[in-house]
Amino acid sequence: MKRGLLVPVLTVAGFAFLYLPIISLIVFSFNESRLVTVWTGFSLRWYAELFQDSQIVSAAILSLQIAAVSATIATVLGTLAGLALTRFGRFRGRTAFAGMVSAPLVMPEVITGLSLLLLFVAMEAAFGWPSGRGFTTIVIAHSTFCMAYVTVVVRSRLLDMDKSLDEAAMDLGATPVRVFFDITLPIISPALISGWLLAFTLSLDDLVIASFVTGPGASTLPIVIFSKIRLGVSPDVNALATIIIGIVAIGVVGATLVGMRRRPRG
Amino acid sequence: MKKPQIAADTRPWRDPGAKPFVRIRNVTKTFGDVYAVDDLSLDIYKGELFCLLGGSGSGKSTLLRMMAGFETVTSGSIEIDGQDMATVPPYERPVNMMFQSYALFPHMTVENNIAYGLKRGGMPKGEIADRVAELLKLTRLENFARRKPHQLSGGQRQRVALARALARRPKLLLLDEPLGALDKKLREETQYELVKIQESLGVTFVVVTHDQEEAMSLATRIGVMRDGKIAQIGEPQEIYEFPNSRFVADFIGSVNIFEGVVTEDEDDHIRIASSEAGCDIYVGHGVDCAPEQILWYAIRPEKMVLTREKPEADANVTHGLVQDVAYLGDMSVFRIMLDSGKRIHVTQTNSTRYDLEAISWDEKVYISWASDAGAVLVS
Repeated sequence: MKRGLLVPVLTVAGFAFLYLPIISLIVFSFNESRLVTVWTGFSLRWYAELFQDSQIVSAAILSLQIAAVSATIATVLGTLAGLALTRFGRFRGRTAFAGMVSAPLVMPEVITGLSLLLLFVAMEAAFGWPSGRGFTTIVIAHSTFCMAYVTVVVRSRLLDMDKSLDEAAMDLGATPVRVFFDITLPIISPALISGWLLAFTLSLDDLVIASFVTGPGASTLPIVIFSKIRLGVSPDVNALATIIIGIVAIGVVGATLVGMRRRPRG
Repeated sequence: MKKPQIAADTRPWRDPGAKPFVRIRNVTKTFGDVYAVDDLSLDIYKGELFCLLGGSGSGKSTLLRMMAGFETVTSGSIEIDGQDMATVPPYERPVNMMFQSYALFPHMTVENNIAYGLKRGGMPKGEIADRVAELLKLTRLENFARRKPHQLSGGQRQRVALARALARRPKLLLLDEPLGALDKKLREETQYELVKIQESLGVTFVVVTHDQEEAMSLATRIGVMRDGKIAQIGEPQEIYEFPNSRFVADFIGSVNIFEGVVTEDEDDHIRIASSEAGCDIYVGHGVDCAPEQILWYAIRPEKMVLTREKPEADANVTHGLVQDVAYLGDMSVFRIMLDSGKRIHVTQTNSTRYDLEAISWDEKVYISWASDAGAVLVS
């Protein structure tokens, strides 16, 4: 009997530890009061104020654009890297390549951001591109670290896939390029979709790397929120955070669902 | 079991002037330091159902994959229908393959699987539909055309794989363990079907298998492989009755092997003294050997006779104790310990329904055989 109680209590405590902060944030985003910690009544006024704040709205649009572009680039590059690691045998430098592709997974973001910043500055000095920092540099930076995640997802899917499917298509007269588009791509497409969604949410979330490589006029949403917080917590940030949590949750749940979708058996 | 008719009517491999359809010349394939296929030469003729038989790691699958073009040849050459295949990629070879895993495209229906090769070949739509319908009929899959592979049973998937491989009317069809994934009953049925289809289309088949029964019942000829080399090549009967080495004799069917030394070497017979057999072995034909040479005598269990009384002969008769009898219905397998200590198997057909006099456990019996019952092996 004792054990019967212990497990639910621990479970509730665990979930409370993880999600109470988020729940309180969501609850207080509907608070009427200007004081973040005092509940005075239900209201949507901070959501209304949020959408009148042009700085936040334009930052949100910028973030979504960056996330979409870098997720797409990361998916293309990650898929190519996954293919190289699973379909081209043991080429020279394969182990080094595998290690370096996944290095951004464990690299501290501060270091990734700083090194990219130094690179961009040096490149601009050397041959004038990228001129200044902003949208382009953030996209490059995000594509780089998101690609590592996509590679992991795509690679594991390709390892699962029966290699003789590719051979069978080739045997039936398909050139390697056709094999890729007719057979490989449709079979690994769930991995591409979940990889893209993962990259999208990672890019939308990122503060550290974006702060390093951004420039004037290109403030992403996390950067804007962070700078507002420094001036004191205002309730409209709660409202914004609630919306972001919603988007991220949809993205993560979507990616999981696509990944879980029953794999066709051969 | 019925052999394909084509084997009875024409046996091109017996005609030294015949032109082979597939010519494999001194082919070697290495993976690192490992020789998967080692200086192998082989001719396969048009219309044959050729079986490559061997254990795992014998190189049979590697050889098949080289014919399909999935593996490059380290040295040597493969010619198909007079054309050297060295620089021809898999998608341009006049060859199709049926994969061991079947490799059906999971996201396509049965008919699209079958039509895939035809579409790549640029065949007009109407003709594709006709050909697909014809193949569905041939493989009795008419009712499954719109199903996906995961909605089919193992036997149905096997037939889809066969139909897809036959769709382009290849000159040569390569089959990698085509019956390996089926259960025993289905395998026997499918075996006949495969031979029937092969005969009716006249396509040359090369089948890789590790199952000697499958090879014996399917093949016009068998190539037994070992360590990347052909150990013996011949018609099923030749391989079974006239093995050329202890390995082949032991690999195909079961066999008793006695070591002995030549005591008489004449043109019309030889005599072998074998302490393992516990008697002299008289062979009623000349053998290329020398007196005092050590060699081996291989004899199949069904070619030996058991009696309680001693047969009148000065050779080919030995004596032992029945240790075990396995009753299999059609025949019984006797495990016998010879007086020399060697254990042998003898099988006897159960030609009467209920034999009270049958030889049983713990009986002492004489084992004898005819002078042409076994094969003399020098390796």
